[in-house]
Amino acid sequence: MLKIQNLQARVENGTQILKGIDLEVKAGEVHAIMGPNGSGKSTLCQVLGGRDGYEVTGGSVDYLGQDLFELETEERAREGLLLGFQYPVEIPGVKNIYLLKEAYNAQRKHRGEPEADTFQFLKLVREKLNTMQMDESFLHRAVNVGFSGGEKKRNEILQMLVLEPRLALLDETDSGLDIDALKVVSEGVNKLRSPDRAIVLVTHYQRLLSHIEPDFVHVLSDGRIIKSGDKTLAHELERNGYHGIIEEAA
Amino acid sequence: MSANALSQHYAEQVQHLQQSLPGSLPDWLAGRRDGAARRFADAGFPDPRMEEWKYTNVRPIATKPFGEAPVDTGVSAADVSALGFQGLDAYRMVFVNGRLRTDLSDLNGLPDGATVQGLGDAISHDPAPLEPILGTLAHDRFSSFTALNMAFMNDGALVRLARNVRLDRPVHLLMIGTAGNAASWSHPRILIHAGEGAEATVIEHYADIAGAQGFTNTVTELRAEAGAQVRHYLLQDHADGAYHVGSVFIQQRRDSRVISHNVNLGGRLVRHDLNVDLTEPGAEIVLDGLFLAGGRQHVDTHTRVHHSSPNTTSRERYRGIGQGHGRGVFKGRVLVERGAQKTDAQQHSANLLLSPNAEIDTKPELEIYADDVKCAHGATVGQLDTTSLYYLRSRGIGEQEAREMLVFAFADEVLERMDLPPVRESIEARLAARLPGGQAFETGA
Repeated sequence: MLKIQNLQARVENGTQILKGIDLEVKAGEVHAIMGPNGSGKSTLCQVLGGRDGYEVTGGSVDYLGQDLFELETEERAREGLLLGFQYPVEIPGVKNIYLLKEAYNAQRKHRGEPEADTFQFLKLVREKLNTMQMDESFLHRAVNVGFSGGEKKRNEILQMLVLEPRLALLDETDSGLDIDALKVVSEGVNKLRSPDRAIVLVTHYQRLLSHIEPDFVHVLSDGRIIKSGDKTLAHELERNGYHGIIEEAA
Repeated sequence: MSANALSQHYAEQVQHLQQSLPGSLPDWLAGRRDGAARRFADAGFPDPRMEEWKYTNVRPIATKPFGEAPVDTGVSAADVSALGFQGLDAYRMVFVNGRLRTDLSDLNGLPDGATVQGLGDAISHDPAPLEPILGTLAHDRFSSFTALNMAFMNDGALVRLARNVRLDRPVHLLMIGTAGNAASWSHPRILIHAGEGAEATVIEHYADIAGAQGFTNTVTELRAEAGAQVRHYLLQDHADGAYHVGSVFIQQRRDSRVISHNVNLGGRLVRHDLNVDLTEPGAEIVLDGLFLAGGRQHVDTHTRVHHSSPNTTSRERYRGIGQGHGRGVFKGRVLVERGAQKTDAQQHSANLLLSPNAEIDTKPELEIYADDVKCAHGATVGQLDTTSLYYLRSRGIGEQEAREMLVFAFADEVLERMDLPPVRESIEARLAARLPGGQAFETGA
């Protein structure tokens, strides 16, 4: 589904951050990318999302047989690559339900399907709200405005549940969550798991992985994946810290 | 036209005016009118050397030989419904080029104690009750256009509510300009007097038949007595070639509350002055405003809030959008008098530039002479937030749609505070048509 080869990127006219990343993600798999602060986790997410301000200096990313960098941000999303933000953006004046509906219909339009009628759509959204333990009033509030940290993250996963991505890329979805919110968010992500969908979790901490069990764990350090393994690698990280693994790889 | 020729032109206009006035004016009104005509003759049109007119050059108005519009009988009920607000249940007065058209108006069912009538009619038949209000709030310290209005006004509307009278429906004053004569002007005068504890909503609404290029110079005097509540909608949706100068004077007594919704969408050169005097404790004013300056439009708004009594409150929230070669100005003055302790004044002006050729100047001015007050102000001019754009696009929403969503959301945060859904929805639609992606943007830019 996603094949990253020797990906190198930097902040526009700035420091080189990604120094050659190789990663392959297949349908049905859940990958966790872990790493200390400054290792390049967020840059990797932003480059895959297509955010301005980053420059790809080498390597390639193939997504569903297409060159990912040929696609605009919105085209990536319509093709099913959805990025869950570490810091979800507040958008005053745009109601949550409106964003969801526009996004949902943009995707349907892209697939040549008719737009959903309001009744059908609301039914779908209500069901997903329920999963995320969100009150219906959230739909009529401006996107993320005045939401707590936990509510913002729930809202990200709500969008995922409605938009049903093929590849969900979750950037530090666990940061800023208390135990209860972490549980709800994890349940939402687990609902996304399916044989034809892949999930990439980018996280600093192991604790998310005790709720969402990954098939593969990768350790990112200084712009490279220095070690890959199964879920036991996360436990090893928990015991020895990043320090031990980085030294071992050096 | 040269200055001399123009003076000659206006002298003729004044002469013509004196012949055309309804019946014989009472002495007090004739005196006020003559005084205003003299003051305008002395002052002339404002020019950009004056501080209050620094950003707005009215040459396009001052150099055109405007005169009274010929009577236009072409406007029909169909035009009224096209320009009006669908689904709005209101008492309605329709004016064409400044003159009341009773055949298009509907004032049936007014409650006892409520007077809603044409000003020309009131002057002709029963001018005495006008004396304490007409020309008593308005002054021309900041704008000689106010004197010009006083000199030439011959129609308009009077809305007067006796004590504790609550108007069950809004009053919709629909002012229609026609394309008949490019050099026509009108000077409507709107008087709103809400007695103690009275409640009313008045919609002052300017809209044109396509192609109109006239000049509307309007003055509104609004007095809210103790405990009165008034909502004043001031909606300017002229044709693109029209000129508009509007001066509003609001005076509020104890515990009165006035909410002003000022929306500017159309016009070629538009200037508004809103002057508010909070004269007794407990008086509260809310000034909400939105202006759009696209194409070659110039839209200037000056607000002046005078806290002349303790325990008075003002809330001011203005937003502006500049696109094309549009030019917007917002200047908000808050004056807190020496004795006006416990004043609570907030002013916020946020502006969005959508094109490199658009320009918006925003200038808060706080003058505070009391020491126990809460006064806050903020002013911003910026572009669309790129992070928000990226966020919307990352959900699959196209860049153009995402921009439209954000611009509309910016404007709609002002409009959503309107309490009349048919008005709000209609204004939203008219706004959307003028924003990027809308029809009017294509022709206006």
